[in-house]
Amino acid sequence: MLGLTRKDFTLFAIVVVLALLAPVLLNPFPVNSALGQTFNAGYPALMQRFAIFGILVVGFNILFGLTGYLSFGHAAFLGVGSYAAVWMFKLLSFNIVPAIILSVVVAGLFSVVIGFVSLRRSGIYFSILTLAFAQMSYALAYSVLTPLTNGETGLQVYPSDPQYLAAAGAPSGPHFFGLPMAQATTLRLGDWAFTFQVGYYLCAIMLIAAFYLSIRIFRSPFGMMLRAIKSNQTRMNYTGLNAKPYMLRAFIISGMYAGLAGGLLAAMDPLTGAERMFWTASGEIVVMAILGGVGTLIGPVLGSGVIKYLENIVSKINESVLHNALAFLPDGIENFFVTVIHPFVGEGWHLTLGLLFMVIVIFLPGGLVEGGQRLAGLFGRRSTATTAADRDAARQSPAE
Amino acid sequence: MDAIILQILNGLDKGSAYALIALGLTLIFGTLGVVNFAHGALFMIGAFCAVTMQRLLTWSHLVVDPTRTDFLGNPMQTEVPYLASLVGVDTAQAMITWAVPLSIILVIPVMLFVGWAMERGLIKHFYKRPHADQILVTFGLAIVLGEIIRAVYGANPIQSPAPAMFSGSVDIGTYLGFQPNAVVYPIWRLVYFCFSAVIIAAVFAFLQFTTFGMVVRAGMADRETVGMLGIDIDKRFTLMFGLAAAVAGLAGAMYAPIVSPNYNMGMDFLVLSFVVVVVGGMGSLPGAVLAGFLLGILQGFASMNEVKAILPGIDQIIIYVVAIIILLTRPRGLMGRAGVMED
Repeated sequence: MLGLTRKDFTLFAIVVVLALLAPVLLNPFPVNSALGQTFNAGYPALMQRFAIFGILVVGFNILFGLTGYLSFGHAAFLGVGSYAAVWMFKLLSFNIVPAIILSVVVAGLFSVVIGFVSLRRSGIYFSILTLAFAQMSYALAYSVLTPLTNGETGLQVYPSDPQYLAAAGAPSGPHFFGLPMAQATTLRLGDWAFTFQVGYYLCAIMLIAAFYLSIRIFRSPFGMMLRAIKSNQTRMNYTGLNAKPYMLRAFIISGMYAGLAGGLLAAMDPLTGAERMFWTASGEIVVMAILGGVGTLIGPVLGSGVIKYLENIVSKINESVLHNALAFLPDGIENFFVTVIHPFVGEGWHLTLGLLFMVIVIFLPGGLVEGGQRLAGLFGRRSTATTAADRDAARQSPAE
Repeated sequence: MDAIILQILNGLDKGSAYALIALGLTLIFGTLGVVNFAHGALFMIGAFCAVTMQRLLTWSHLVVDPTRTDFLGNPMQTEVPYLASLVGVDTAQAMITWAVPLSIILVIPVMLFVGWAMERGLIKHFYKRPHADQILVTFGLAIVLGEIIRAVYGANPIQSPAPAMFSGSVDIGTYLGFQPNAVVYPIWRLVYFCFSAVIIAAVFAFLQFTTFGMVVRAGMADRETVGMLGIDIDKRFTLMFGLAAAVAGLAGAMYAPIVSPNYNMGMDFLVLSFVVVVVGGMGSLPGAVLAGFLLGILQGFASMNEVKAILPGIDQIIIYVVAIIILLTRPRGLMGRAGVMED
C-alpha cells in the first residue's frame, strides 16, 4: 500500500494515528486533576514541538542513520530556515506557504555549500567541520549580519514591516490562506478537555509527509547506496562508484528537512533568534536521534517525542511538587527522598538528560527501538521475528 | 608597531589556554585513540578547584568579640576563617589572597583522580567502539559534569581574583621604548602565559627525557610491539589520561582570574580546542601547541579595530575560517602525522 511493504505500512499507519490523535492520546488525565497538570502533554505548543522536532530528527537520521556521518552542526539549517520564514512574513504576508517554501529552499542552498565543503573529509573531521560551520553561522548571525538577523534581539515581525502581499482583512498572525494557525477548538467530555489546533495539525501533516518520504528513501536504491557507503566506502570506490554525489544528496535532503522544521517553528511563533543555531541545539538533535535509535525508521520520532515530553514534565517538577507527591511517606524519609531527587528535576533537567543519554550510549547503542526489541525478545519469540529486519537496518555491518 | 605587539600579547593568554587544552586532548588521542569531548569539562573542573580552594581558605566561623559591640549594643560577632586559628591571622590573610596559585596543590591530585576514574570507569569500555560512540559518550559526560558543577556552585560566574601582587597592569611599552600607556597589559595574563609555557615544557620534557615518557612514546607509535616486550602499556596510558586531565585542570585553575568560572566555560573552550587540535594535526603534540598559540594570536589580530573596519565580524569567525581552510588544503593539519585518523 502506498508503495510500502506491509511492515512499513503498519509503521506508517502507527505514526499517522499517533500524530492525528495526539491531542486525545496525550491528555489521558482529567484537566484539573493533579496528575493531569503534571503529566498531560496534549496542549498545542508542546505538541507542535513534538511534530517539528520529529521532522528535524527524521531528517538528521537520513544523514547519520544511513551514511554514518555525524553532523554536529545541524541546528544551523534549522536557524537559517527560521530566519528565511520570518523574512517572508516581514516582506510578503503572514501566509505560511511562501514562508515554508522559502525556508526549505534556503536551507537547501545553505546545505549545498556546507555539505560540499564538509563532505570532503570524513569521520571526526566531518563532525568538526560541520560544528565549525554552525558556530560560524551562529557568530555571524549574532554580530555582523545584524541587519539580516536583528542580532541579539532576534528577528520578529513589526507593525511597520511592509508585508506587500498582505490582504486587508487577513489575520494578524501566521495563517494558511486565511486560516489562522492559532485557531483552536476545544472538545469537552466531562472532566476531560481536548484542544485541536490548526497549527498543530499543519505540523502533524508535515511530519506524516516527512516520515513517509523518509520510509521511501530508506527503502529506495538511493537508501541502499547510502548504507553501502556507511558499511564500506573504500570498497564502493573500488567498484568504480563515486560516493560523493550520493553523500551530498543525503546531506542536502537532511538539511532541507531541518529547514522545514525551522520554517514550521517560525510559522507557529513568528520570531527567531541566533540561539537556535548554537551548538547545544545541534547536540540536542544528536541526543534525540541516539535516544530513539539511529538508523531505524521510527526511532527519530520516538526520540524527539520522549525528550520533549520528559523535558516538559521533568522541568515542571519543583520542590513543592515533590513534597506533595511523596507526602504519604514519614517526614524524615520524605525529606530524604526530596533531597535525593531534587537535583535531577526542575532546573536540573539537563543533568537527567545527560545521564539518560550516557546510559543509552553505553548500554543501548540502538536506542529505545533496540530496547523495545530486547523486551519483546524477552517476552515472546514471535515478536522478535517481525522486528528482525528493522534491527538489521539499525546496525548494518556486513563483512568489511 | 605598538598595536601589533599589544595584539600579540592579547592573543597569548587565550592561546595559552587553547594550547594547554589541545595538548591534553592530543595526549589522550595519541595514546588511547579516544576523542574526548569531555576535555572542556575537565578545564572547567580545574577552574572550580580554584573556587573551592578559595572557599576552603575563607571557610569561617563566628567569633564573639566581647570587647567590641555592634550598633545595637550587642557583643560584636566577626567571621574568622578557621585557617586563621590554624596558622595565625597574617599567614591566613596572605594565603587567602594567594588562593588561586595555591589551588594548584588541590588541582593536581583532584584532576589525576578524575582522569583516572574517567578512564577506568568509562572510556576503557569504549576503545573498541566506533569514534562516533566515543564522541557521544564523552559529550554526554561533559553535560553531566557541567550540570553537577551547576548544581553545586550555581549558574552564576564566580569571581576569583588573582593575588593582589599580580592584579594590576604593567606598561610593557615603556620597557620596549614606546610611548607610555601604548602597551598596557594585565600582569596576571603574563603570569598565565609563563605558567603555561612551563607546563608545556614540563610535559614535553617528561615525554622526552624520562624512561616512562619514552615507553609512552613507543606505545603511541606501536602499541602492540610495546605490549609484546612485556610492558603493561595500558597502565601507563591510564596515567597519561590522568596527566592530560591534570594539564587541563591546571589550565582552568589559573584561568579563573581571567574569566570568572561558570559551568558553561568548558563547552566554550572545548569547541575551539577541537578546532585547534584539528588545525595542529590530530596526534601531533607540537602541532597542538603551535596551533593553539597561532590561533590565539590570530584572534587577537582579528579583533583590532583596523581589521574589523575592513572585514566586520572577522574576530568572531577567524578561528573557524582558518580551520576550514586548513582542513581543506592540508587535511592532516599543520604538523599531522600520516595515517592518524585518516579513515
